[in-house]
Amino acid sequence: MANRIQFENSCDVGVFSKLTNAYCLVAIGGSESFYSAFEAELADVIPVVKTSIAGTRIIGRLCAGNKNGLLLPHNTTDQELQHLRNSLPDQVVVQRIDERLSALGNCIACNDHVALTHTDLDKETEEMIADVLGVEVFRQTIAGNILVGSYCAFSNKGALVHPHTSVEDMNELATLLQVPVSAGTVNRGSEVIGAGLTVNDWTAFCGSDTTATELNVIETAFQLKPAQPSAIVDEMRKSLIDSYV
Amino acid sequence: MAEEAGMFVVPQTVGTVLCCKCGIPMAPNAANMCVKCLRSEVDITEGLQKHVIIMHCPECNSYLQPPRTWIRAQLESKELLTFCVKRLKNLNKHVSHRRTFFYLEQLILKHGAAASAIKIKQMEQGIDFFFSNRSHGVKFVEFIGKVAPMKSRNDKQLVSHDIKSNNYNYKYTFSVEICPICREDLICLPLKVAASLGNLGPLVICTKVTNSIALLDPLTLRISYLDADQYWRLPFKSLLTSRQLVEYIVLDVEKISSEVNVGGSKYVLADAQVARVSDFGKNDTIFNIRTHLGHLLNPGDYALGYDLYGANSNDIEIEKHKGLVIPEAILIRKSYEEKRQKKRGKPRAWKLKSLDMEVDDKNRTDQEKINSEYEQFLKDLEENPELRFNISLYRNKDYQPSEMTSVADGDDVPSIPLDELLADLDLSEAEAEDEDDEMRE
Repeated sequence: MANRIQFENSCDVGVFSKLTNAYCLVAIGGSESFYSAFEAELADVIPVVKTSIAGTRIIGRLCAGNKNGLLLPHNTTDQELQHLRNSLPDQVVVQRIDERLSALGNCIACNDHVALTHTDLDKETEEMIADVLGVEVFRQTIAGNILVGSYCAFSNKGALVHPHTSVEDMNELATLLQVPVSAGTVNRGSEVIGAGLTVNDWTAFCGSDTTATELNVIETAFQLKPAQPSAIVDEMRKSLIDSYV
Repeated sequence: MAEEAGMFVVPQTVGTVLCCKCGIPMAPNAANMCVKCLRSEVDITEGLQKHVIIMHCPECNSYLQPPRTWIRAQLESKELLTFCVKRLKNLNKHVSHRRTFFYLEQLILKHGAAASAIKIKQMEQGIDFFFSNRSHGVKFVEFIGKVAPMKSRNDKQLVSHDIKSNNYNYKYTFSVEICPICREDLICLPLKVAASLGNLGPLVICTKVTNSIALLDPLTLRISYLDADQYWRLPFKSLLTSRQLVEYIVLDVEKISSEVNVGGSKYVLADAQVARVSDFGKNDTIFNIRTHLGHLLNPGDYALGYDLYGANSNDIEIEKHKGLVIPEAILIRKSYEEKRQKKRGKPRAWKLKSLDMEVDDKNRTDQEKINSEYEQFLKDLEENPELRFNISLYRNKDYQPSEMTSVADGDDVPSIPLDELLADLDLSEAEAEDEDDEMRE
């Protein structure tokens, strides 16, 4: 299920949080409601960690990560790094990298297997992404925008990209990511998918301006819908037929 | 371009997204909303007058044209349509910006023309001046006629009379209409005017408004003056005004003439390659245009101009010129906006006096618009020495020059040299001195 939330009257929830399959980071806010929305949904499964990065709250745009690791920009303080190492599960590698482009969240989009990156990232950074996150790295653009992290969001189940992406580009992306790709919007027509949406394999959070139509597109794209009757019948038939044969 | 060079280009098929409100599939657009939903959210006719009440006499089938003319017109006739359209358009008739107006205010102040006025009141689209004596009023109208192209008419109304002593008291009203053309406006001259000026233009820029209007043809550097009589014989309106100026970035300039002195200002004709700043980095739309600003512009500069390529003008005059090739852009002046941004919020070293006006209640709403126009006027003064020739500038006491600004960005942005400023006559100081004198006594 996708949830609609707000961070202190801002609908850009992807800016203030980072959701992966192994952990969730949220910004330290004046109000607790943003944190508790995540806590209510995720607390039984993965740790929800309150943190700042480089002293700012825009953590979703500054870091990049998946279930294997977390990359932090060079201006992250030692305390923040230590705090994250302590709070995240042991198998998650937390690494601070020396990259000129410090908004890693805008420059890198990834799931647990593939990462799309900004075309101008350093060679060392590219290697680091491959090592720490355990992914294949592709330098890509989304509908002509080099900030791939801002204009798309993807999990291991699906991907949502900038609405202006052409059909050919979507096919190419689908080939690279090995997940179905759809074009869409969040927050009542906003094109910055990465800022308005944060998603993992079983849940998604989007800004409270998101309309029902957009929510529907998101749930379909990331396969978040609770199983429908026909799907259950299909499943049952499959297993039955399997047992007969 | 890549295609011409024989390179392989991936075809780009525009996909469909769902409208974010109603969910129907559509081609993506800026709002990512379908036309119907967009229409329900935004009203482009907002602020326009959509209905008026028209008085109709059913007996004689005629319509009231205010104040008291009755026009006879058949239903669905051409006359009725023109009458109705005129009533609706009434609002648009006056200038939407008030450059000439602010300038005039300063001139009035400098010459003390309104010294004998007993009351000054700002009305919708104008100012009312009240005088106790007819001759004062006449003098004022004469003054306006000397500094701006205007048309006036006068009326008198009998207030009271005394038959026995043969005394008549009249209230005199002078109505002055100032020509709506302002400096930097782009004008498409009507056929007849263009012909009478020796086939000037017809696309010309107004470079100066005094008691005559100076019109410059930016493509040939010819300049012509039109005095008030000539103007009001065949009045015309601006095609585009300085509110519609668009910022361009200059990519290349190639001078094609030497420096020419026309009407007291220098111009150089040049071929320029420009792109709209709003397009810059988004698409490859570049315009090759001719400009009269060759002496000011260098590659990389910003300039303000009229975007005739994108403008949707419904001027009747422009359609009458057969075979007229409209340039894609006409540059008006160099823009100092980039450099000025650093200075934003800092007070100027000078200030202007303003007429002590009563404000009509209806006018208070668009104060913000007036303020931004006033700011624009102040910038104009800074950029144009010629314009402030007739104006008194006063030293601003609140202004403290800082070392930083004079070192860092003192060179490029036009500003007014200190020696042009007048010290403001301050009564409180004079009084203080008086008090000192008294104490000595």
